[in-house]
Amino acid sequence: MEYLPTLYLLILFPLAGAVANGFLGKKFGDKFVSWVGCSVIGFSFLLSYIFLSKLISARPGTVYFQRLFFWIGAGDFNVEAGLTLDSLSAVMIMVVTGVGFMIHIYSVGYMHKDPGYARYFAYINLFVASMLILVLADSFLLMFVGWEGVGLCSYLLIVFWYEDKKNADAGKKAFIVNRIGDCGFLIGMLLIFAQFRSLDFGTVFTRAMELGIGNPIIVAITLLLFVGAVGKSAQLPLYVWLPDAMQGPTPVSSLIHAATMVTAGVYMIARCYILYLSAPLTMTIVAIVGVATAIFAATIGLVQNDIKRVLAYSTISQLGYMFLAVGVGAFSAGIFHLMTHAFFKGLLFLGAGSVIHGLAGEQDLRYMGGLKKYMPVTYWTFLVAVLAITGIPGFSGFFSKDEILWNAFSSPMGNSVLWLVGVATAGLTALYMFRLFYMTFLGSSRFKPEKEHRIHESPKIMTIPLVILGFFAAVGGWFGIPNKLGGSNRFAKFLEPSFELRKYIIRDTSNGEHSLSLEYILMFISIIVVLIGWSIVHQMYLKKTDIPLKIANVFSRSYKLLLNKYYVDEIYQAVIINPFIKISNIFWKAVDIKIVDGLVNGTANVFLSAGERLRKLQTGYIQEYALSLILGTVIIIGYFIFK
Amino acid sequence: MVPLDNYLILSGILFTIGVIGVLVRRNVIVIFMSIELMLNAVNLTFIAFSRYLNSIDGQIFVLMVMVVAAAEVAVGLALIIAVFRIKKTVNVDEINILKW
Repeated sequence: MEYLPTLYLLILFPLAGAVANGFLGKKFGDKFVSWVGCSVIGFSFLLSYIFLSKLISARPGTVYFQRLFFWIGAGDFNVEAGLTLDSLSAVMIMVVTGVGFMIHIYSVGYMHKDPGYARYFAYINLFVASMLILVLADSFLLMFVGWEGVGLCSYLLIVFWYEDKKNADAGKKAFIVNRIGDCGFLIGMLLIFAQFRSLDFGTVFTRAMELGIGNPIIVAITLLLFVGAVGKSAQLPLYVWLPDAMQGPTPVSSLIHAATMVTAGVYMIARCYILYLSAPLTMTIVAIVGVATAIFAATIGLVQNDIKRVLAYSTISQLGYMFLAVGVGAFSAGIFHLMTHAFFKGLLFLGAGSVIHGLAGEQDLRYMGGLKKYMPVTYWTFLVAVLAITGIPGFSGFFSKDEILWNAFSSPMGNSVLWLVGVATAGLTALYMFRLFYMTFLGSSRFKPEKEHRIHESPKIMTIPLVILGFFAAVGGWFGIPNKLGGSNRFAKFLEPSFELRKYIIRDTSNGEHSLSLEYILMFISIIVVLIGWSIVHQMYLKKTDIPLKIANVFSRSYKLLLNKYYVDEIYQAVIINPFIKISNIFWKAVDIKIVDGLVNGTANVFLSAGERLRKLQTGYIQEYALSLILGTVIIIGYFIFK
Repeated sequence: MVPLDNYLILSGILFTIGVIGVLVRRNVIVIFMSIELMLNAVNLTFIAFSRYLNSIDGQIFVLMVMVVAAAEVAVGLALIIAVFRIKKTVNVDEINILKW
């Protein structure tokens, strides 16, 4: 543990940017906003880089920390606000500020001339600040602050164009679904405090180690925290908000709903790996939920026609991979995929944004095609991203995905079924990603006629971030080339100190038992599956373009099922939302109006009518008052005389 | 010596006349005089008991009542004049502003 008093600057910069843009942006104009908005993230990125290199050159296992202030003290509930930087959070801050910086620059072009320009930059600056709080926090409570902060920014940005009711509904949906997850997170946190009398990561983990493996309280805690992760990271069954979240501006989808925020759940599990490893039941559930989400979302992605929705389902699917990885105890593989995914999925969304920008708002794949010659830069960078996400050897996604699949097979918590579903998902990924790619950039043009003459490549300020991200999407995986391919997996080695207690909790029998040739065979199978997927798409969407329609007709029922996303939204509507509205109506009309309002108004009415009658006694005639006085006296005297 | 009963009966009659005067007359001045009558009926009782019980207390009380009555007349008449200046009447039926 080493003290690092400059750690807070990482958060302070974007926070200052958010304040400056939010309060002064309108006054000083768009140019001011662009410079402030981008440079604060740039500074944060530079700082992150400095800290990272410091961490790399330091002794392995070094952790930097900064105590900020004493936050809450009530009885024995004491929380200090503090930041820590270990290798895990170092990777996260690099991804957040690095990808974030690219997307900020891109936004300058994409949001050009938007009336809410300053507001937009204030929000995304605030988002980066919240995300950095989340990954640097040294206690559950501070992490929760960041957790809610990113949720808020996500909501604000989904409803960025709030004049449209559709956007407002999508924002509300995201907010409410996230709240369900956060509720679990909160209860989990309270349970942690009840059990360990602390919310500080270090203290909690040390005390959790003493409880041993499979303790029911830890299983409960981890499951509740996982509910939070399921909400935030859009896993089954709380994934429904993410596709709708695509209503926001495209760079937002890229930064928040693909590259960073949605990975918070994965980060949280990696951060709490001690708790999770102590709860094998939870780990199994995490892995199953992850892999089920992966294949579920991938099948939906196959038939969607909105370019951003395909990418949204692909994000859900890739997040499923990450949960699969952490669920089988391969934390560094999960974080590795988180990083490469941030590169290529950030790039995919920015590319999609560039396409939408070039086509003046067109998002439907059926009205695209042949964009290659109009938008060469977007085309090439998009191609790199597609190759990366599908896992073509050499590109970043290949290494991370392969590591996840290998761990799903070989880890003591993994098995061949998880691996098999994972590989099937890889095949589906190839299908839907290349379908998206072919329908957008290759084949014949199917533009709406009024848009055709306006198609143009995006300005430099948008294409340069594409190229930079394209570079990292291509080579980002080379940080972690596994031993079997002649590398040394430096990424996993760098992360190892963050997971150093792993070996005390589980006996790591993996990798040793399995022969090297098995590794090669498995890798080979997944590559073959991906290539088959690619060639099918190549045939269907370039050569014999009538086949997709025929398939849709032959399997019309399953096609409809997929097109309507398994009717999950409709099921939720029928099973949860409608009964909820009905119950609310009962409470409103019967309980609130009749009973609650009745009681209150009834009380008032009793006094009102009583007063109405009693006021007649006050006639104003003194003699009547006198008469009543005398009568009263006579009655009282009569009582004493005749009693 | 006149028996006590006679005094008490006279006092009761005077008091009842006063009460009825207060209740049935409409002129404020007359009501006011009736109140004085009631006070004096009480004074008569005090004097009678004082005489028969050989105690001086009753007579002292009567002096007390007379002082208070004199003060009350002064204040009461002043009030009546004030009301008369506003309402131009001394009829109590028309002075009913104490009503709700």
